[in-house]
Amino acid sequence: MTIALSRRAFVRAGLTAAGGLAVAALVPGFAAAAIASGEPWGSDAAFGPEVGPFVVVGPDNSITLRIAKAEMGQGVLTALAMILAEELMCDASKVRVEYASAHRNLVDGNVYQSMGTGGSSSVRRSRVFLQQAGASARERLIAAAAAQWGAAAEACVASGGVVRHEASGRAATYGELAGAAARITLPTEPAIKTPDRFALIGSPLKRFDTPLKATGAARFGIDVKLPGMAYAAVANCPVFGGRLRSCDASKVTARRGVLAVLPVTNGVAVAADNFWRAKEALAALPIDWDFGPAASTDSAQFRAEYRAALDGPLADGGGHGDIAAALASPGKRVEALYEVPYLAHAPMEPLNATAHWTADRIDVWMGTQFPEQAIQLAAQAGGVDPAKVTVHNCYLGGGFGRRAVNDELTQAVEISKALGRPAKVVWTREEDIRSDRYRPQAALRMRAALNGDGAPAGFEFTTAVGSITRSLGWGKVENGVERQAVEGLANCPYRAGALKVLVNLRNTHVPVMFWRSVGSSQNAFALESFIDEVAHAAGRDPVEYRRALLADRPDFLAVLDALAERSGWGKPLPKDVGRGIAIHESFGTIVGEVAEVSVRSGEVKVERVVACVDCGHLVNPLTAAMQIESAVLYGLTAALFGEITIRDGRVEQGNFDSYPIARMADAPRIETHFVLSGGDKWGGLGEPGTPPIAPAIANAIFALTGKRIRALPLKNAALGA
Amino acid sequence: MAAFIVNGRRTTLDVEADMPLLWALRDELALVGTKFGCGAGLCGACTVVIDGEAVRSCQTPVGAVEGKTVLTIEGLGESGLHAVQKAWIEADAPQCGYCQSGQIMAAFALLAGNPNPTDADIDDGMTNICRCGTYPRMRAAIHRAAALIKT
Repeated sequence: MTIALSRRAFVRAGLTAAGGLAVAALVPGFAAAAIASGEPWGSDAAFGPEVGPFVVVGPDNSITLRIAKAEMGQGVLTALAMILAEELMCDASKVRVEYASAHRNLVDGNVYQSMGTGGSSSVRRSRVFLQQAGASARERLIAAAAAQWGAAAEACVASGGVVRHEASGRAATYGELAGAAARITLPTEPAIKTPDRFALIGSPLKRFDTPLKATGAARFGIDVKLPGMAYAAVANCPVFGGRLRSCDASKVTARRGVLAVLPVTNGVAVAADNFWRAKEALAALPIDWDFGPAASTDSAQFRAEYRAALDGPLADGGGHGDIAAALASPGKRVEALYEVPYLAHAPMEPLNATAHWTADRIDVWMGTQFPEQAIQLAAQAGGVDPAKVTVHNCYLGGGFGRRAVNDELTQAVEISKALGRPAKVVWTREEDIRSDRYRPQAALRMRAALNGDGAPAGFEFTTAVGSITRSLGWGKVENGVERQAVEGLANCPYRAGALKVLVNLRNTHVPVMFWRSVGSSQNAFALESFIDEVAHAAGRDPVEYRRALLADRPDFLAVLDALAERSGWGKPLPKDVGRGIAIHESFGTIVGEVAEVSVRSGEVKVERVVACVDCGHLVNPLTAAMQIESAVLYGLTAALFGEITIRDGRVEQGNFDSYPIARMADAPRIETHFVLSGGDKWGGLGEPGTPPIAPAIANAIFALTGKRIRALPLKNAALGA
Repeated sequence: MAAFIVNGRRTTLDVEADMPLLWALRDELALVGTKFGCGAGLCGACTVVIDGEAVRSCQTPVGAVEGKTVLTIEGLGESGLHAVQKAWIEADAPQCGYCQSGQIMAAFALLAGNPNPTDADIDDGMTNICRCGTYPRMRAAIHRAAALIKT
């Protein structure tokens, strides 16, 4: 694929010539694929009659919806188009979708609001304004028709991409009305539909991007090719916080295809006319690093430090009641220490970015979860006004949080600027895993004091964990606590006489960041394993005990009861299979999971997972179920295998041999059931399926073997041969 | 210099014999549907079919492909969607989609050698990594493709 360098000019020219949308993917045998393009980035400017910034209607009656979020597998192109189409009254399966322009958002008064994709927020945080955008566009089309026909707007109806005036029998397509609609000012913006009036939202719709992805036509950042482009391989300093001292470029510059050896932020790059030549030359390049002060650290030391950090100094992470009195009460005490390691994101598409720097503008092609930030990074690296940067966002080959901070982009801009030509940086898998920003390592000490009847008099949860806020430098930590450290603990749903959460934020030199489900990824493991321990200490069944402690949480109870029924809780299992449960709320959604796990000759296999989910409402049940399946597998990989360890200050793992990922043979049967409570609740879906799976698996192993798993990953637990 | 057939077309490349086929396809021939995932033969994102066998192109030097026939995702559906692709779409398998070209090529080769695979055959034959965890839907898609091929 070769992309015209000035794509903006190309799109405009294409418009003049064709009078409509310039980009469409042609997939043989699947006409509907034209609804999503292989090249999803939109233009910075309007290219047809724009009925508001989200909706463009072409003279050929095509309808383009601009999606201000990134497609990284979660089905957001389809779900957000459904929301717009619900109000716009057009056939959702015929609209074209493209990304909204982050450049336009910057220079045009934030018309697309937040374009960051993360926090399981794409639907729940943009639904209202997307519905409004669709409704406002619809009413403008109606007003344009009414004015043209001298009819009252109230007498006109929009449906299926056509406005009709029943009394006169007149009708006009959106395409015919779009030009006039673009000039309409409404006296007041229309009210949006309430869920009881949804016709499209809540019904399954096949994803727009599937045909592209089944034919190799979807373009990821790594696929971009520009005329004259250099390919660069990068070595980041193996120890975080270290720096390049020097390298002997003369050893590689004579190699075939090599264009340059140049220092970049965090390391050194070799640019060549082909990525493999760049990578091979980089491997042959003698590099002298200054590893910095962290070069003697290792994971054993960190583990000891996090354990010791549980003894203070501790900040108050929230709670209620008198925990000191509860812990001093005479009943039974339960205490357990849980530990989790750093985790890499390891998206299938290794990090990469392509930049074309010129003195007065920068164009970037990549997959980013945070295009607004990418604009700022590119502008800073290239010394250009942010308003002169355009990010052509591509399909993301996985994000999971990693693509929210684009370290690779800074390097691509630096290289393009130095070489005076477009440059694509690709991190090898080893760089991707060793230069990640990781899920924090943590230690958690969980304490419960029980009354005589087994009910908790008090819970005290203490966490020692890396601060994401400090690591990213995004804002300030107030009073020693950040939300990510306590999410899932401070809002513990189980009734107890007292609750206290204590926090010691402690960072090493290893950078940490958002990893699918963030703090809930470790906090749910600790809390849901611990509740299981407490239930057993109280001599109660894990489901029955949870039910008793959730008596004043009907939302949790509905999920729990559905889960017990759907999973066949209490029914007999084969003798080498155990069953475990966990339930957790994150990103506004409650997910309960039951895992059936076998242990044979020491080998753990998750055979079946039943998930019950309350996210309030659903937009697309198909993609919602897919997200739960995905979140379960992502958490399962972490529970079974996931571990980043440090030796001599560096990450020991480098590829999928040392950082294994679940494969087909590891995948359980997954059954997802939605238990929707409706009302005002709109919960997220990308992440909430991840937190319960690790404790559900660990609890199943306890049920089967009597061995309590208190440190992840499970591969390190001796489960006998 | 290497000469081989890619998606039915005779192709001659002036590249080093030890350049992996993956990079020849992507950077020299602009066939970017085949993906780079690990560069070590571990993940299968780069899977193509050479003379009927699923092969990890990141571990296959161009020199070893001399005279052979290479099929990539671009060639599979060239004259209309292949049954595996149709089944993939019916089963809604892809999420982020990055590994899916390699998965589809692996499934194509699996079904060519075993038209009626059991779940255990699929476990053994499908060893590519999918970070989105689309395995349950890919499994269903392979069973569906087997049925489509028979009809």
